[in-house]
Amino acid sequence: MNFDFATLAFLGFAATAAIAALATIAARNPVHAALWLVLTFFSVACTWIVGGAEFLGIALVLVYVGAVMVLFLFVVMMLDIDLAPLREGYVRYLPVGLVVALVMLAQMLALIGVKAAAQAPLADNAAVATDVPNTTWLARALFTEFMLPFEVAAVILTVAVVAAVMLTLRRRGGTKHQDPSAQSRVKAGDRVRIIKMAAEKPVPGAPAAEGEAAP
Amino acid sequence: MIGMPNIFAALTLGHYLALGAVLFCISVAGIFLNRKNVIMLLMSLELMLLAVNINFVAFSRSLGDAAGQVFVFFILTVAAAESAIGLAILVTLFRNRRTIDVADIDSLKG
Repeated sequence: MNFDFATLAFLGFAATAAIAALATIAARNPVHAALWLVLTFFSVACTWIVGGAEFLGIALVLVYVGAVMVLFLFVVMMLDIDLAPLREGYVRYLPVGLVVALVMLAQMLALIGVKAAAQAPLADNAAVATDVPNTTWLARALFTEFMLPFEVAAVILTVAVVAAVMLTLRRRGGTKHQDPSAQSRVKAGDRVRIIKMAAEKPVPGAPAAEGEAAP
Repeated sequence: MIGMPNIFAALTLGHYLALGAVLFCISVAGIFLNRKNVIMLLMSLELMLLAVNINFVAFSRSLGDAAGQVFVFFILTVAAAESAIGLAILVTLFRNRRTIDVADIDSLKG
């Protein structure tokens, strides 16, 4: 029985990912589930790096662990959720969920021929064969063949940002905010008001004293 | 272990396909079990997309074709947009209904 260090590392990361995924779906608290999901993403990113997809591994850590899961944690902590009713039916659906998942797993493993695919070692890394780093290899395809989809992806992200802001924006009564159109429409006459008034301020006590003296 | 290949000998396509299948089935079970909690449903969806991405990366490496990894890049982009909008909808829903239970969101039911 011979061992390969990369294979052992892959198996370790894969086992971590599977256990963390199980913990994600079994966690009682959504915050714990999000943290377990972070571990899953991190382990899968490690398996990608072992497999030669370095750029995507780092991108997965940056985008998912760094941005998406933090967003999840923000939302979970921001909402004051009553967890008890959400857990109802968990035990009742546990057998069905397990049976469906296990049957599906068996079918998938049989159908895609994992045993046959596990016979031949993985082909040599194409990026290494052309003597460029994985990032360069990926960028050459991304910025030539897939330039238009790349720009469409940028548009999708922009639309998503605008949509997320529009969905969650709300005007509360009583808040003080600027109105840019009113700010640009303003004229000099609206800003400064010149009023006529006496140059001297009347003494407050004097007229009252006169009024008392008159009758 | 007759007939089983030695899984420790070398990294193969089968390793990655098996990992993807396992994660996909776990996320399907997660959707079954946590089907009342929208946040857990979104997390299971993310896990499902990750399982698909593993297959893309594995086949890209196996076939020596960069298109698979480029596609993973696009899936990551769209999934990030999806989770941002999904969470925004979730926040709006919670503001209006004070609940994220899927069973309570039945206003459109006739």
